[in-house]
Amino acid sequence: MEKRLLKLNVNGQEYELYINPKTLLVEAIRDHIGLTGTKRACETVSCGACTVMIDDMAVKSCSLLAVQAEGRHVRTVEGLETNGKLAPLQKSFLDHGSYQCGFCTPGMLMTSEALLRENPAPTREEIREGIEGNICRCTGYNSIVRAVEAVAKGNYKGESS
Amino acid sequence: MTMNKYSIINTHVHNVDGIAKVTGRATYTFDVKLPGMLYGKILRSPHPHAKILSFDYSKALQLPGVMEVVTGKDTLGVKQGIWRRFQDLCDEQMLTVEKVRYIGEPVAAVAGLTEEIAEQALDLIDVEYEVLPAVFEPLDAIKKEAPEIHEGFERNINVTRHIEWGDVDAAFEEADYIREDWFRVGGQAHMCMETRAAVSSYSPDGKLTVYSSTQAPYYMQGLLAGVLGLKEGNIRVISHYVGGGFGGKFELDGAIFCSAVLSMKLHRPVKIVFSREEDFTATKRRTPMSYYVRTGVKKDGTFCAREAKVFTNGGAYTGMGATALYLTGFFHSFPYRWKGYRYDGYRVYTNTLPSTSMRGFGAPQAMFCSEQQIEWIAADLGLDPIEIRRKNAHYPGYEVPGQATIVSCGIDQCFDVIQKWIKDKGKLPKNRAIGISAAGFMSGGIFNWFDTPYSFSSAVVTINYDGTVELYVGAQDIGQGSNTTMAIICAETLGVKVEDIKVHSGDTEHCPADLGAWGSRQTLMAGNAVKMAAEDAKKQLLEVAYAQSGFNIVYDLDIKNRWVHAIDRPERGYDYADLVKKAIRGKDGQRIMGRGYYTPHRKGMISPAYSYMLQGVEVEIDKETGKIKLIDSLTAHDCGQPINRLGLIGQLEGAFSMAAGYGYLEYMPFEDGKLMNPNLVDYKVIRATEMPEVSVAEIDTYEPEGPYGAKEAGEGLTNPTAAAIGNAIFHSLGVQMKECPIRPEMIVNALKEKEAKEREKK
Repeated sequence: MEKRLLKLNVNGQEYELYINPKTLLVEAIRDHIGLTGTKRACETVSCGACTVMIDDMAVKSCSLLAVQAEGRHVRTVEGLETNGKLAPLQKSFLDHGSYQCGFCTPGMLMTSEALLRENPAPTREEIREGIEGNICRCTGYNSIVRAVEAVAKGNYKGESS
Repeated sequence: MTMNKYSIINTHVHNVDGIAKVTGRATYTFDVKLPGMLYGKILRSPHPHAKILSFDYSKALQLPGVMEVVTGKDTLGVKQGIWRRFQDLCDEQMLTVEKVRYIGEPVAAVAGLTEEIAEQALDLIDVEYEVLPAVFEPLDAIKKEAPEIHEGFERNINVTRHIEWGDVDAAFEEADYIREDWFRVGGQAHMCMETRAAVSSYSPDGKLTVYSSTQAPYYMQGLLAGVLGLKEGNIRVISHYVGGGFGGKFELDGAIFCSAVLSMKLHRPVKIVFSREEDFTATKRRTPMSYYVRTGVKKDGTFCAREAKVFTNGGAYTGMGATALYLTGFFHSFPYRWKGYRYDGYRVYTNTLPSTSMRGFGAPQAMFCSEQQIEWIAADLGLDPIEIRRKNAHYPGYEVPGQATIVSCGIDQCFDVIQKWIKDKGKLPKNRAIGISAAGFMSGGIFNWFDTPYSFSSAVVTINYDGTVELYVGAQDIGQGSNTTMAIICAETLGVKVEDIKVHSGDTEHCPADLGAWGSRQTLMAGNAVKMAAEDAKKQLLEVAYAQSGFNIVYDLDIKNRWVHAIDRPERGYDYADLVKKAIRGKDGQRIMGRGYYTPHRKGMISPAYSYMLQGVEVEIDKETGKIKLIDSLTAHDCGQPINRLGLIGQLEGAFSMAAGYGYLEYMPFEDGKLMNPNLVDYKVIRATEMPEVSVAEIDTYEPEGPYGAKEAGEGLTNPTAAAIGNAIFHSLGVQMKECPIRPEMIVNALKEKEAKEREKK
């Protein structure tokens, strides 16, 4: 297939990529733009390690083509902090020890961020359902649930995201 | 809870690599990209057992962008393994030369300009096989007529292990009640989020650098030296961030080996990343076992004797399976006192995925059998399942005859906690029941199959002019948080803050040798080395402080929270950084450097210390569908002095989730040697909605052999949970689950059988 020029907005930055239209969004982000915070850990859209946000929605970036994200706002884990200041969820993950090996963490953060935008006051059960598509092999999830809950409860209020 | 006498230990500390991990800055082997890097792919055997007659890869080499194809014939053909002391157990060529022994075994590797090109080239390689008869189950493979998988191993028996103490037959004579059962416990995939990955870079000066996702950089360095014919010192293994290990990443794997071989041919960096399917089908797994258990007890519940016979499905190669074979037999006796105990284990080669170590190292399999049988015995005799366990449990100072001496042991307190938890729950709703299970585990394996000439753990501390500290350890952080644990121990010992410590790990070029992250050894062994190194450096500082303090010599000086002071006059002191400056001047400008190491001596054959635990699980079972739902859980865990609070809870919750998955979800069905569910759609792991709340009760004990009294946490808890789920099912439905993972259809069938039997009785 012939390569084409693609304009992709990632973390507020406009990137011009010359790529094969079959390129997955995760490949564009990792291999072409070079933002390696976003991970991949399966080939079956099952694990959530590649989750990014597209216009406030959590999306597994292995499940769509880069061209499908054209004209949208893509946000990755690198886009959570502002001038070196961590977002509330990042701080809460730190405080609650919500990561171990850290490989699922970027995807987990993006899913949680989108979850809180859609439902700012989720119950524990709703948080569990919200992150069900993301596998974490290390933590057993509960520390992640506590971290998301703490942000929802306003414990990190006044800290911009 | 006693008052914390420490400044940092057991306080709320952020992991030292936390910021890197929550911001996406942590760079894993998966993320490494070097200039001029090529991509490799591995061709794998479609047959479970076959002779390789010929290769033809001329067409592959003609594909534009293909740089190189290698087969076993391009290697030294070394049969390798971590059991270097025992050459016959080093049985695996990472690129096989003559024969394949399981579906997925590497037969050739390709390097190309892109991953896609390398993948396309695999289809252009012709391998001619002579297919041989294959065998998949250990009880078939030991038959006389079974095909021979490795030359010289009669009846395919790879290793045998025998453990015995007391007069077992006489002890059985004393028993009023004897029960015997057969169990089948399954394998489990490590399923690390980061699949096996490596980037190897060989340069014309003969030096090889390997970025790898490993639990033991020093092992990789040693193993690679052996298979590549290089000097250990000319190999640098870098492993800064590892996306999980769980016992599956301390052996040489195909990604590491094949990328190194290709890079040595091409003098360019080569990267190989396993797909999830490869990570399932072509690595290793938890060892499946067939367990026969015979147990004799007195009417009052006193344990007399136990006998176990175990056949493990070793798969095609030894891996760490020989150790799992020993440890399953040893921990099957835990945490109880047996007058007579006899274990015979047989590890049998089959034409399936090799089996090896995985979190718990043989003990989860043992406990699934042991702890359910004990529950059934208690029910058979009408005894309280907690009291029968308590009555026979280990205690501080107990000697496991000829095997180990238990120093700290908090299991008795674990029983109290669990008893109260169950009582407080009161009457449970219909279809729900509580199951419990006990276990114990090692705090650092005293095994030197690798034949290391170095200490088991080492550490170096250097102090900079401004008081910041460089801590060099060979301990490997794979997510369990060892870098943070080491920083805490170092900061506490030196009397500085965690943020003063920079931990250097995961690089054999700069860090001292250490056997790595397995067998729950890092906190105790590497922790002791770090404590010793920090004490060494601190002593050098305090010598200077004494020399210029003017205090009466009866006063002791100390440093705490960066404050140098007399212990009895804490208000009189000065800043630690000033002392460092003076000390460096006094040493003619030399940096302060402390060294520490740890090698166990006179601590038995297995471990310097043992942790104890009890797991309670509340389970709901749908009788119609057999579906299991975990409702609530309590973990009572004696891990000695906790070092990293947050890390400890995370490790216990994480171990619970992996163990629960083993208990009822993580099934690995094979058909004719082929794994039927090598993907995350069909292989089920615990997800957030399946995870219950976990209450953790830390049982505070003090282990004299551990740094500040610390022991294992995080691996041992993989042991009890599957049995606890089985016991809950037993109490809820009255059926006995003798196979793990416990699948819905097993429950439904067991209920049908039970009803049929009851009808017959009527």
